[in-house]
Amino acid sequence: MTAVTATKGTATNSTAQQPRAATLPAGLRRCAVPLALLALWQISVGLGWISTRSIPSPTQILTAFWELTVSGELAVHLLVSLGRVSAGLAIGVSVGTVCALIAGLSRRGEDALDALLQMLRTLPHLALVPLFILWFGIGETPKIALVALGTAFPIYLNLFAGIRTVDAKVVEAVSTLGLTRRELIGLVILPGALPSFLTGLRYALGVAWLSLVVGEQINASSGIGYLAMTAREFLRTDVIIVALIVYAILGLLADLIVRVIERSALVWRPAFIKE
Amino acid sequence: MSLTPTQTPTQVQAQAPTVSPSDAKPVVSVRGLVRNFGSGNVLDGLSLDLQPGSFTALLGRSGCGKSTLLRTLARLDPAPEGAVDLPEQRAVVFQEPRLVPWMRVLRNVTLGLRHPDAEQRGLAALAEVGLSHRARAWPLTLSGGEAQRAALARALVREPRLLLLDEPFAALDALTRLRMQGLVETLWRAHAPAVLLVTHDVDEALLLADRAVVMANGRIAADIPIPLARPRRHGDPGFIALRSRLLAELGVDEEHLAAREPQPAEPRTATGAAGTIGATPGPGGFGLPAGAAAAPSL
Repeated sequence: MTAVTATKGTATNSTAQQPRAATLPAGLRRCAVPLALLALWQISVGLGWISTRSIPSPTQILTAFWELTVSGELAVHLLVSLGRVSAGLAIGVSVGTVCALIAGLSRRGEDALDALLQMLRTLPHLALVPLFILWFGIGETPKIALVALGTAFPIYLNLFAGIRTVDAKVVEAVSTLGLTRRELIGLVILPGALPSFLTGLRYALGVAWLSLVVGEQINASSGIGYLAMTAREFLRTDVIIVALIVYAILGLLADLIVRVIERSALVWRPAFIKE
Repeated sequence: MSLTPTQTPTQVQAQAPTVSPSDAKPVVSVRGLVRNFGSGNVLDGLSLDLQPGSFTALLGRSGCGKSTLLRTLARLDPAPEGAVDLPEQRAVVFQEPRLVPWMRVLRNVTLGLRHPDAEQRGLAALAEVGLSHRARAWPLTLSGGEAQRAALARALVREPRLLLLDEPFAALDALTRLRMQGLVETLWRAHAPAVLLVTHDVDEALLLADRAVVMANGRIAADIPIPLARPRRHGDPGFIALRSRLLAELGVDEEHLAAREPQPAEPRTATGAAGTIGATPGPGGFGLPAGAAAAPSL
């Protein structure tokens, strides 16, 4: 008796609920709530529940996005911002890497650099904006310098730790194989520190966008941040939100790029090996 | 004093593949080696010769200095006092495989090899340890036995005149260990390096080596030739007799041991400083691998 009802129960369950779950792909199910909120947002703005001056409707934002794209304005500002981030990142990553190599590979280098850098890293780098304006004026230099300063530290800290935590037993075994010091560093120690470096790079990319946002809202005449600041003056909330979305997409893309690099550089890790 | 094992000529012929140990110049020569780690001398005026193509097992309690000796012979530890004469071609296999995880197995084997045909040699070495099919694999995908065989190939490809083995089978399961012991013996026969095998396992020493050196208090306490015909078996009378002798040298009372449960393989560090070897072992005495107390058979 109980057995019969039990099978009946599972039978109705499988016919009524499982097919519906199966027809909806996992990605779509995860999107359901955000999509619903988006619809609610559109309706509330359309019915006048929310003022367009505080927040425009999704369609208005899309329109603004389209207009900015067609006029070429967005592309110009995007390129300027990307140029600043790239230049700042290139400088910051290089400086961080060089410092980490010096401090990580030699005891004397550590004595010379580590204490200093550990002290400087506690300073919130965004607080240096006023000083940077006095030093570098209001041109491109302070913006790039801000990005460079912010990104150098995560690279330094992670790479330094990575170099120092390479498996000492493996290094010892390899040192019995007759490698030169250069080979030991190039083939064993640096590849061993690569995962830490990539962690630092991912973190540095986050800091780079943050530094850019702050840098571009002060005395900029181009860039995504400038776009947002001028839009404020004309009460164009739709353009401000377009700028925010662009920042978010850029951050997301940067993270994606590091993930792709990780996948190809760390193929030897069991998590990435598909056999 | 001569540390060269006194062996009958026929046994020498049968066991050492190339040079007969008695008349050749030693490939390793250590004289008056002293090394201390603050509290006391780990190596205390140690002297040891290894003949070309000989297979020597180095036994001793934990902390007796055998690992320090091996590390000195691998030039991983300095030799501040005493003379250490070593061949250029040396290779070490550790307890862990210690492969570089981001290099494929073949690259690990050929690492540091300066030969135009390094790759061919690497492949040949991998074939010899039965690992050809894993040449392109990543080390972290290998099983424990496979990884240790790769480490053996990495050592072998350097054509060492001295092969140092630091408890290379200790981390393997019993079946894999037996297979690895056979492989090491085969490789030794084929290439005839002088082998120094550090081990805790008296049976392993008796299966493989033609000489057992027991260390205590930073010196060689006993130097026992193992003139047994190969292949060797645990049950042979000669094997049993030598085992009793080695265990006695290590300070293990067999009667006492047989009456008890087998002890863990890794003995606790001896607490006493000098003169503990040979005395009746305390509760932390030298342990045998599990099952060694019962009559083992292959």
